[in-house]
Amino acid sequence: MSPTGKLKLIDRVSAINWNRVEDEKDVEVWDRLVGNFWLPEKVPVSNDIQSWNTLSAAEKVMTTRVFTGLTLLDTIQGTVGAVSLIPDALTPHEEAVYTNIAFMESVHAKSYSSIFSTLISTKEIDEAFAWSEENPYLQKKAEIVLEYYRGDDPLKRKVASTMLESFLFYSGFYAPMYWSSRAKLTNTADLIRLIIRDEAVHGYYIGYKYQKGLQLVTEAEREELKAYTFDLLFELYENEVSYTESLYSELGLVEDVKAFLRYNANKALMNLGYEALFPKEDTDVNPAILASLSPNADENHDFFSGSGSSYVIGKAVETEDDDWDF
Amino acid sequence: MGSLVYFSSVSENTHRFVQRLGLEELGISVHRIPLRPADGFLTVDEPYVLVVPTYGGGNEGGSVPRQVRKFLNDEHNRSFIRGVIAAGNTNFGAAYCIAGDIIAAKCSVPYLYAFELLGTAEDVSRVRDGLGRFWQRQSQNSGLTRLSA
Repeated sequence: MSPTGKLKLIDRVSAINWNRVEDEKDVEVWDRLVGNFWLPEKVPVSNDIQSWNTLSAAEKVMTTRVFTGLTLLDTIQGTVGAVSLIPDALTPHEEAVYTNIAFMESVHAKSYSSIFSTLISTKEIDEAFAWSEENPYLQKKAEIVLEYYRGDDPLKRKVASTMLESFLFYSGFYAPMYWSSRAKLTNTADLIRLIIRDEAVHGYYIGYKYQKGLQLVTEAEREELKAYTFDLLFELYENEVSYTESLYSELGLVEDVKAFLRYNANKALMNLGYEALFPKEDTDVNPAILASLSPNADENHDFFSGSGSSYVIGKAVETEDDDWDF
Repeated sequence: MGSLVYFSSVSENTHRFVQRLGLEELGISVHRIPLRPADGFLTVDEPYVLVVPTYGGGNEGGSVPRQVRKFLNDEHNRSFIRGVIAAGNTNFGAAYCIAGDIIAAKCSVPYLYAFELLGTAEDVSRVRDGLGRFWQRQSQNSGLTRLSA
């Protein structure tokens, strides 16, 4: 804390020079984030109004609560999380990337409001927000993450942030993927897919910076941080399971969501440079959900386990890169 | 026996996956495509399977790292490619592991395997076993070709 009692952002300000880059990953990720920029106004969520009206009351309640939970997490990440990483940045370009991440999280938070205002009555929205403020698991999830953001360990902050980007959103992301797999709320799902794409770049980048940071500490500290990461994951996972039950048990989806949680927990660990924790049999995501996330994921890209007599040669793919010579 | 060529950015994700394969024990040599032009240009003189990360995005092109495009633009290098394995993230939707689709189509080689991020223990053992069998079969096939010629 600075003497004024306000959150201290950075110790010094020097003009950022993008022609002198210390870590090329900063430029690569900046370009990727800028290339992926989008706004919710571009997605015709209003085309989902008819579809929304086909949902049962319980389905509507679940979906609305999911989106209020996601709104809370994106609000944290936009106004506290990504901003809290700025003072720890090793390069000025890293600071700039965090400002981009913070802004996009605010775009995400606003997107949920645009879904709400399009599909849902004010009364239903207010009820869902009231529920989210009283749901102990959602509040606990927010508290755990906020605690690390306010703490004084830059690397633990990055772990918490990567967990949020790569793991904690997915109990919520499940719902729109579920609807999309049943050909419902497909425009809403398109919007959420844009958020999911952004979170992948955010989790990858923050996890990468965590690993860069690990190179600067002692072996003992590295061991401690690894233990801390796994402890935090277990604590968050336990809480996510309770949160999942509070959202999905009425619709009988809890086990399906839990597999999706474990699958994403593994990916969060991998983004931090650690090996996956949950074994394959615990992370087999419902194929319909996986296909809804990525239509490319259910194709047979395992030539090795087949007979070897047939394989995918690859369909012609539009390549925009002009430096292919053949 | 064939070899393996891979590219990995400074994140070293793909590098770590390749290390875990332990291919040298199987007699499969491993070559890394250099990150920067100053590190030289890789020329390969034996058949290989290419392992490539997909640069995530969807709307920006650049799914295949430019270093890999440069490597494959070389006709000599390209003549030895026998298959491709791609890494990616399902979060990128239709662009998941699309570098594998692009290279398989451009080079007319099989798309052997796709995995996410660092790859799981299961991915490692499947690819390790699969590559061993793949090269065995390739050498048997080329032996047959010679016999029948």
